[in-house]
Amino acid sequence: MRVNFTVNGRPQEADDVWEGESLLYVLRERLGLPGSKNACEQGECGSCTVRLDGVPVCSCLVAAGQAEGREVVTVEGLADYAKHRSCGSSRGTSLQEAQDWAAKGHDSQTGEGSELAPIQQAFIDAGAVQCGFCTPGLLVAADEMLERNPNPSDADIREALSGNLCRCTGYEKIMDAVRLAAARQGEAV
Amino acid sequence: MDFLRPASWEEALAAKAEHPTAVPIAGGTDVMVEINFDHRRPEYLLDLNRVGDLTEWEVGEDTVRLGASVPYTRIMESLRGELPGLALASHTVASPQIRNRGGVGGNLGTASPAGDAHPALLAAGAEVEVESVRGSRLIPIDAFYTGVKRNALAADELIRAVHIKKADGPQQYSKVGTRNAMVIAVCAFGLALHPGTRTVRTGIGSAAPTPVRAKAAEEFLNAALDEGGFWDSGKIITPSAAKQFADLCAASCNPIDDVRGTASYRRHAVGIMARRTLTWAWESYRGTAATTEGAA
Amino acid sequence: MSTPNGTPTKITQGSQTKGGIGESTLRPDGTLKVTGEFAYSSDMWHEDMLWGQILRSTVAHAEIVSIDTSEALALPGVYAVMTYDDLPTEVKHYGLEIQDTPVLAHGKVRHHGEPVAIVAADHPETARRAAAKIKVEYRELPVITDEASATAPDAVLVHENRDDHHIGHVPHPNIVHRQPIVRGDARQAAGRADFVVKGEYTFGMQDQAFLGPESGLAVPDEDGGVHLYIATQWLHSDLRQIAPVLGLPERKVRMTLSGVGGAFGGREDLSMQIHACLLALRTGQPVKIVYNRFESFFGHVHRHPAKLYYEHGATREGKLTHVKCRIVLDGGAYASASPAVVGNASSLSIGPYVVDDVDIEAIALYTNNPPCGAMRGFGAVQACFAYEAQMDKLADALGMDRVEFRQLNAMEQGTIMPTGQPVDSPAPVAELLRRVKAMPLPPEQQWLAAGEEADVRQLPGGLSNTTHGEGVVRGIGYAVGIKNVGFSEGFDDYSTARVRMEVVGGEPVATVHTAMAEVGQGGVTVHAQIARTELGVTQVTIHPADTQVGSAGSTSASRQTYVTGGAVKNSCELVREKVLELGRRKFGSYHPAWATAELLLEGGKIVTDGGEVLADLADVLEGESVEVEAEWRHRPTEAFDLRTGQGFGHVQYSFAAHRAVVEVDTELGLVKVIELACAQDVGKALNPLSVIGQIQGGTVQGLGVAVMEEIIVDPVTAKVRNPSFTDYLIPTILDTPTIPVDVLELADDHAPYGLRGIGEAPTLSSTPAVLAAIRNATGLELNRTPVRPEHLTGT
Repeated sequence: MRVNFTVNGRPQEADDVWEGESLLYVLRERLGLPGSKNACEQGECGSCTVRLDGVPVCSCLVAAGQAEGREVVTVEGLADYAKHRSCGSSRGTSLQEAQDWAAKGHDSQTGEGSELAPIQQAFIDAGAVQCGFCTPGLLVAADEMLERNPNPSDADIREALSGNLCRCTGYEKIMDAVRLAAARQGEAV
Repeated sequence: MDFLRPASWEEALAAKAEHPTAVPIAGGTDVMVEINFDHRRPEYLLDLNRVGDLTEWEVGEDTVRLGASVPYTRIMESLRGELPGLALASHTVASPQIRNRGGVGGNLGTASPAGDAHPALLAAGAEVEVESVRGSRLIPIDAFYTGVKRNALAADELIRAVHIKKADGPQQYSKVGTRNAMVIAVCAFGLALHPGTRTVRTGIGSAAPTPVRAKAAEEFLNAALDEGGFWDSGKIITPSAAKQFADLCAASCNPIDDVRGTASYRRHAVGIMARRTLTWAWESYRGTAATTEGAA
Repeated sequence: MSTPNGTPTKITQGSQTKGGIGESTLRPDGTLKVTGEFAYSSDMWHEDMLWGQILRSTVAHAEIVSIDTSEALALPGVYAVMTYDDLPTEVKHYGLEIQDTPVLAHGKVRHHGEPVAIVAADHPETARRAAAKIKVEYRELPVITDEASATAPDAVLVHENRDDHHIGHVPHPNIVHRQPIVRGDARQAAGRADFVVKGEYTFGMQDQAFLGPESGLAVPDEDGGVHLYIATQWLHSDLRQIAPVLGLPERKVRMTLSGVGGAFGGREDLSMQIHACLLALRTGQPVKIVYNRFESFFGHVHRHPAKLYYEHGATREGKLTHVKCRIVLDGGAYASASPAVVGNASSLSIGPYVVDDVDIEAIALYTNNPPCGAMRGFGAVQACFAYEAQMDKLADALGMDRVEFRQLNAMEQGTIMPTGQPVDSPAPVAELLRRVKAMPLPPEQQWLAAGEEADVRQLPGGLSNTTHGEGVVRGIGYAVGIKNVGFSEGFDDYSTARVRMEVVGGEPVATVHTAMAEVGQGGVTVHAQIARTELGVTQVTIHPADTQVGSAGSTSASRQTYVTGGAVKNSCELVREKVLELGRRKFGSYHPAWATAELLLEGGKIVTDGGEVLADLADVLEGESVEVEAEWRHRPTEAFDLRTGQGFGHVQYSFAAHRAVVEVDTELGLVKVIELACAQDVGKALNPLSVIGQIQGGTVQGLGVAVMEEIIVDPVTAKVRNPSFTDYLIPTILDTPTIPVDVLELADDHAPYGLRGIGEAPTLSSTPAVLAAIRNATGLELNRTPVRPEHLTGT
């Protein structure tokens, strides 16, 4: 079947989608967006977290056909998404913006020079990234939490991220990263 | 496999009538796992996401008509007053991501004894609104679960909503898992005080082939509260009565040993949860305690 | 074939600061990892790529009567189906030390989930359907599941006709390896003991549960070879095992490290490497294999479950008199790292204590349970759980404080190990215990901190709302452990680094090329730091790891910063000499200091030790590049004597201590760990941020196996009952406490920069500390881990 939906502000079309395919598979294998990770395929790890019409979901549990006509934000679009939010623009992407969209120039080797969302920068700065496999899902979940709750308590952070498993860090540096992003967000206002 | 995408409830019913083997998918939290792991290859997937009214709810005089796909997150956030037991249960469901997608309709459709919503629905009192092209009917929650992962739905029926009695007294919900978040119930317990009818209702999850009520325990407690004039006096329930209630709740279980826990632990834990939730709910009813629902 | 998408590229990292060792520089791959651009092995993609699928045995022990692949082959979209009979050469087995593992099952399967056939198809679903159509008829055999069934007189042999080098000294063919260690006279010493405690302990089967399941992409090369993009811990070890099975010389099997989603020992053995290559060579097309989580539980070895039998004695004054112990490790169906696990378990079995009279035996069994091998801290982890429980028991019997008792018996530099090996670098065991004990305790009843309502997130049971404080009791426990660093017992443990210096865009740049597997630990960060320190540059390029450079050894045994870090340092020093030589040649005549002074590379310049600048590196290197590839090895070790266990077996030891604070709902048997404080000696923290990250991560893996993590194997069928993240639980962020870390830096003079391998030690003491705290809260004996609610409630 064919599925049409918007990913990171850009209209996308996927063809020959098998009906049992997940949104995660379509993103990774058909649209060239492997940032969302496949670690359990049963909603137990959060590595595939994306925003579906703004709401964080496990993309492994969304049937591809269910995404028809909807808006998806993945880790690849997180920086843009955060930028639009801080500019105060509405959550949607205008047709013009979508058409103007293009990958930003940056160092193809390191990615340095990429514009990062505050939560992405905080993860790097705080040492919250080790193997990095859980990182994309955590970033999407943490970014959404800070959008809802700019001044989270530690318990709030833990609750909001309780659907995202990490096996490397023991979570302490992830806590640091979210606290750091919240603090920087507070200073910026 | 075919992917059916009805745009309205009527279309969904028609599709289900035409393809009774079609598997409804809403939040996807059960169905997609089975597909991802090759446990199930349905001929048809029936996507209910485009049926908008499934994600709506109406608060009536006595009941809340809760659309089958209202996400658990919405129940937690918006229906704590009307459905405190279900709101607490919703908060124990898996993870934030899952709570954003899953709804009570999925729990009912799968009818796993481990579904988190069941004990809360049993305790509150509810009817499941199911419909087919042949018509609509309300199935009392007590008659809904018919076996392990089996329910009273006919092949052409879909779950449209659940009519849940609005809380007329405190409600509580507890679930035991071996992790502090994102865990399937080893066992779970729901309790609702109904001061209007001067009754207490319960629900037990994961401790029998289906979700069950601890009817003997309810009857004992109803009689004890009645005879002792507790509803009027608001006296503290005596430890012996609470213990008897807890023991009867434990006795009403018919659990198994599995990788998540042993049968004897399940029985034990149901007893502890019964006593604690009764204590919390009753303290709240008495209006004397500061602690009611926990800060869940 | 063209290059697939997701091929790793060089990463060049500058630094705003000096960026040398000792600084918390940031990961060079950090930006790629937070933007989703970092390509893991599962992200690789190639045009015309096929998907591989493995068919695995549904029973644990059986003869294969027949395999029928005809229906699978007939399925449209299927390109190849292969079984044992299709293997191209006479080499049909592989293994880390003992080549006992069939590439595909032959005549017999020995464990649940063993690979039987492989399929390549144009869509993963087609490959799954095809695999399901392969008909395998099994004739089941009795299963060997424990020591009793393995060593029974009439026991079925898991491996007939063993010819490995351990068969000569094991008491039964179902025992992989046995290592006794005898020192002094434990029987006689027991006579001096005023107090003796005995215990039997059980350690459950833990899974590495790295988040990125096994995956890789094999691309056939035009010369008949194959290029494998793979997530592994050791490229060259894989290569040595893969090439013979393919019938290719090693130079025709090119291997490039792809992004690795964690490892923790679980990628030390091969998983899908050979299968992907076989299918690629058979079909002539690129083949990608990605395990799902279910398959991942069958696709790698686990931590050895163990039974441990201990006797400890002490004098009235609290001095240990003797230890007798017997450690039985279940290696499962294939040897994997079992011999090394036995070596560690036996040699580290008494912990970081002074005991002159010991009688120790460790064995690993062959059974029909899942194969077990490397996982963070192997051998030492199981032992630490048991000996620390014993130390608490003995302290209690003596009526002594548990920490003081440990301190009284703590080893120090100069202590002789049970193997006769002296500990010849700092061993601050008593000090580490003092430090964790001195840390302030977390406040009581934090669940009430936010107000009068209980915040269930701070209570056992968490969001499940099981208690508002009822039944909750606090407990505190301590533990300390000892881990060897690097490969032991005479293994030639070396690494290789190729370092080049040249001028790029007017600036001196160092390129570091090793085959080290970056699995998340931050080796790439440290390599750049070492290059900056040694070569005085800012810009460092990290070349992707591949087999175009010599072996780096494994990313395991806490060894990479020591050994590959050492190799990078060594190669940098050799490059520096060459650069100075070049400088002398070009500019030596301009200043006498070129010939007389000690010269350094600093800030992009060549300077004297007095700080005088002699030349810019950019000028020295103008038009030239300097490159060195060199091997570097740590000091040699020797094998343990097979009868006495004596020998200089380990190169370095690593120590950590934990204090656990737990709150237990004693009625429901649920546990919340409130705090896990750790003190560890790291010798020298090359990157303090990464060091703390390693300590915290290792600590939480130890927590996991204390309270929730266990692969449950049915004792009757030997089948795995919980191969999913629904039923194999690892800690979430709500299960994880605050982890204050106190880092001690006492240099080991034998090691580069005085550093100590750090990755594993924190996993050792975490588990027994948590168990001790739970015992403290409940008063229960608790002789197995993980502890489950059933154990805490007696149900």
